[in-house]
Amino acid sequence: MIARVLPPVVMLILGLAAWEIAVRAAHVPVYILPGPVVIAQTLVRDWSTLYPSLVVTVLITLAALTAATVLGVAIAVLFAQSKWIELSFFPYAVILQVTPIVAIAPLIIIWVKDTATALLICAWIVSFFPILSNTTLGLNSTDHNLLNLLQLYGASRRQVFWYLRLPSALPYFLGGLRISGGLALIGAVVAEFVAGSGGIQSGLAYRILESGYQLNIPRMFAALFMITATGVLIFVVLTLVGHLALRRWHESAVKREG
Amino acid sequence: MADAAAALVALRGVDKVYSNGVVALKGLDLAVREGEFLSLLGPSGCGKSTVLRLIAGLGDLSAGTIEWSSRRGEIGFVFQDPTLMPWATVFDNIYLPLRVRRIPKREAAARIDRAMAQVGLAGFGGAYPRELSGGMRMRVSIARALVAEPKILLMDEPFAALDEITRFKLNDDLLALWASQRWTVVFVTHSVFESVYLSTRILVMSARPGRVSAEVPIDVPAPREPAFRTSHAYAEECRNVSAKLGAAMQA
Repeated sequence: MIARVLPPVVMLILGLAAWEIAVRAAHVPVYILPGPVVIAQTLVRDWSTLYPSLVVTVLITLAALTAATVLGVAIAVLFAQSKWIELSFFPYAVILQVTPIVAIAPLIIIWVKDTATALLICAWIVSFFPILSNTTLGLNSTDHNLLNLLQLYGASRRQVFWYLRLPSALPYFLGGLRISGGLALIGAVVAEFVAGSGGIQSGLAYRILESGYQLNIPRMFAALFMITATGVLIFVVLTLVGHLALRRWHESAVKREG
Repeated sequence: MADAAAALVALRGVDKVYSNGVVALKGLDLAVREGEFLSLLGPSGCGKSTVLRLIAGLGDLSAGTIEWSSRRGEIGFVFQDPTLMPWATVFDNIYLPLRVRRIPKREAAARIDRAMAQVGLAGFGGAYPRELSGGMRMRVSIARALVAEPKILLMDEPFAALDEITRFKLNDDLLALWASQRWTVVFVTHSVFESVYLSTRILVMSARPGRVSAEVPIDVPAPREPAFRTSHAYAEECRNVSAKLGAAMQA
């Protein structure tokens, strides 16, 4: 455990120290590039304004991720019922996925009155595709001989789905979820940027914009740090969830014996 | 060819053409007698696996009929791969056929335990497939086929991927089980030695298109001890069957 944690931590400390030393030695003004110490001080000093913004962004992210999970899995299950449904509707999922969110976010913000809902929709559009696509693949990846076996035993479609297809799809779904977690955060932040001053003026992206206008670069960095830390935390939690769900049987989670 | 009166299941004039145009079987006549250990022996591509799948009701006939003597009994199927659910324990894997029949787990437990004991898996109920060796996984697969108490057991090269020591052990265990339970077995193999050791009757098949080219009864009464493997009679039968197989491959 120590061997896994120590190298990245030491590397991080060295990197931050180099950054601090470089900034001081070159006398870089804080409005160009603040050092980590100044950023940390700003984080503590402005906590009362930054923390509520963090909560807003995190709530939108989690709501979008939940919606992406529920709808992504539900649509994947629908696709799995018939090849025709999948062929007819999958292209629209792809279209949603490939359309840049910055390009359609203004439209969504105009169409949807409630800004929080508009942000949620943007974040959802960005994050649901990996779950949909992976779960669809997983549901179609069941061992054919196991399917034959269940047919031989006279299993119903519903039994085949619950006993075989859903468990087979689990590792795929968890892989998609891990990607979607990060994308939901990116979607929420991008949408907040687009909403900008016309938005609810409270998320972390808005704090970054606001700090930019005020040339308060240390606070900009502090807000940026909070977004990044949130993203890393989401990734770690989802990885842990995946590991716990698969640790007994899936090659990805089982410790390899030397 | 076979005594039709004692046939449990009979295939008559069966053709099987796959959608890609491959003619797997052409005019196949074959009868499985109640209680026998029948091996289908032949080179790859002779349609022996196809025969098993058709008997099991997996896939449609292109022509011909399959007739069961009475009501189609319970069928057990063992594939070449163990075909286990990796996410389920040994116990839950064996439970699958009973679960499909909506038998509650508590009621099924005794039968599952018995099936595990029969194949030498007692105490492994909580293990996951990936924690087991290839031979043990195949035992789980056999236990899963047995737990539904089949009338006929269809085995598609079940031991082909195993090492020789494990295969001999599983051969002996399978023979002992067959001797005590007396289900009917249809066993697909490409090994002359395995088929002679196990079977009461061997059907040699030839390829392109798949058909039965020879029938060899093995009149060595049960129980066949491991000593049979080194006996003169065994060598004699193997030579005979090998010659038939060679002829089938020339045809």
